[in-house]
Amino acid sequence: MGRIEATFSRLRQRGEKALIPFITAGDPDLATTERLIHVLVEAGADLIELGIPFSDPSADGPTIQAASERALSSGTTLAGVLGCVSRVRKHTNVPIVLMGYYNPVLQFGPERFARDAAAAGVDGLLLVDLPPEESGEILGFLQDVGIAQITLLAPTTPPERQAHLAARAEGYVYYVSMTGVTGAQQVDAAAIRDQVLSLQREASVPVAVGFGISTAADAGAVAAFADAVVVGSALVKVIAAYSGTTELEAQVAEFAAALKEGVRSQSGVAACRV
Amino acid sequence: MYDFPDSRGHFGPFGGRYVAETLMPALFDLEKAYLEISADPAFHAEFDSYLHQYVGRPSPLYFARRLTDHLGGAKIYLKREDLNHTGAHKVNNTVGQALLARRMGKRKVIAETGAGQHGVATATVAALFDMECEVFMGTEDIRRQSLNVFRMKLLGAKVHGVTSGTATLKDAMNDALRHWVTHVRDTFYVIGTVAGPHPYPMMVRDFQAVIGRETRQQILAAEGRLPDFAVACVGGGSNAMGLFYPFIEDASVRLVGVEAAGLGVDSGKHAASIGAGSVGVLHGNKTYLLQNSEGQIEHAHSISAGLDYPGIGPEHAHLADIGRAEYVSITDEEALQAFQLLTRLEGIIPALESSHAIAQVVKAAPALSSDKVIVVCLSGRGDKDIHTVAEAMGVEL
Repeated sequence: MGRIEATFSRLRQRGEKALIPFITAGDPDLATTERLIHVLVEAGADLIELGIPFSDPSADGPTIQAASERALSSGTTLAGVLGCVSRVRKHTNVPIVLMGYYNPVLQFGPERFARDAAAAGVDGLLLVDLPPEESGEILGFLQDVGIAQITLLAPTTPPERQAHLAARAEGYVYYVSMTGVTGAQQVDAAAIRDQVLSLQREASVPVAVGFGISTAADAGAVAAFADAVVVGSALVKVIAAYSGTTELEAQVAEFAAALKEGVRSQSGVAACRV
Repeated sequence: MYDFPDSRGHFGPFGGRYVAETLMPALFDLEKAYLEISADPAFHAEFDSYLHQYVGRPSPLYFARRLTDHLGGAKIYLKREDLNHTGAHKVNNTVGQALLARRMGKRKVIAETGAGQHGVATATVAALFDMECEVFMGTEDIRRQSLNVFRMKLLGAKVHGVTSGTATLKDAMNDALRHWVTHVRDTFYVIGTVAGPHPYPMMVRDFQAVIGRETRQQILAAEGRLPDFAVACVGGGSNAMGLFYPFIEDASVRLVGVEAAGLGVDSGKHAASIGAGSVGVLHGNKTYLLQNSEGQIEHAHSISAGLDYPGIGPEHAHLADIGRAEYVSITDEEALQAFQLLTRLEGIIPALESSHAIAQVVKAAPALSSDKVIVVCLSGRGDKDIHTVAEAMGVEL
């Protein structure tokens, strides 16, 4: 059983939902990222989404754009990100999913990426601008090494397409809670509940919800029905605010713990299914 | 037979639909709507009628006698897209897309713009069809093209200054995509060039192909034969694709795309994606890009805001790879000289973009015999560039 599946399975037994924090690798540098991953895990993160910085993040709002710029300014490369994962992997079994845009992976080489990422201990890959229709040149390599290609579904995805993509999803499905870029507005949990429930019926893997979840209350409201909640921009803002200060780790820990508490407040309300 | 793109929007290994899931359904809807109207004679009649009565088509194919005599080689014809309403070829495409948007029931349009020509052309049709229009433009381009910014505002468009990245066309496109993903349900994205995700490269090419169809008829009428060369500047490449497409199966017609070499392709400050780039994925399609070994997109440079883009339309990438079209590059300096030469010899002030195509003709024509025929797309007029040219010449206005 892979780390992603094992994590969800363990949570399900405990009747808990997953907290998935997103941070940009290399923001402000990879040494900090490495420490922050441990801080997040200590604070209750169940899975880590680690952003691969890209010069033109056209699906991201200003917060993650700025994080990407900081990461690139500090010389972050994809090889460097994989190195960071392999160092982290020596100390933790937390599942790590790399998230980003296709071009850096394409230039690295799909086959080489799959091999090196698996060796580093990467569990999944979510490429925002690589829909299933275009994923042919990398999918086989990922499957060969057991890296899950995480599928995105959106509120605009029509029912037939959703059913088709959900059925073939690996790892978990990432449901985008609203039309928009990252970090734009607040999620309306009630409005997406039915869509997420229908997705859970169709998907053979857990359903994570992201976009617009910035507080413990949001996280709790979404965890009431979703299997996992993803928090990105709100966390990246904390990192931006305390970067370079002695408070950084404590602030990140405090925020992540609060999010986890929000998620836990829903424990037993509707146990993680699948 | 040349039959591209395939049903998935690929031109050989290029093109495709590399966008976030939120946009995929919109692209499927757009493709379906486009295929419907392209098979509908009523749509074509309506489109042609606007091109004729509103844009002023057909645009002349003008024999540039003095330029021909001056260069002493091949005969040079200018396809006068500069005489279109709004002053460039861009309006051919925006009329087509606005008519399509109207059919799809969308009343809000957005556009990215570099030199401002596409922004103006979009704002123009938005006024004509009573649509809300928002244009994304890099602040560096806003500085270079203040005249066009004011034109857009007069036409009722809202212009968003984009400060991210290099604050030029690439960044404007990022922000337009961000706006579109947020408002995709009621907003039509009018892409201005033969780039972006499928079906845009195909659709924009088809709307611009009126340039090549007219040129073909006009040169047959004037010379009784097809041209030896068809030359056009290439940023994203819409005027070039429009000129080339109706000639693609005529092997005797050499198709020449002219990229911007900026300060020189070796200087690192240029926009020659085919000449000096490599294959990657940006803005929804796979094509040649200016990028580093890490896949981070590099800054393009050109004196011409419309060519200042680190990519190129995927069909051009394909035509380059299969050897059907050839791509050369022209520096800022060469373009400035051609700008002045055409102005003085023919009394035609070309856009700096088009000046790159003219400069290539200035280079190539003298070595050709006088029985050779070159058609060159004069894609736009140069009024918008007067300040840039004055600055480059050290003249204070």
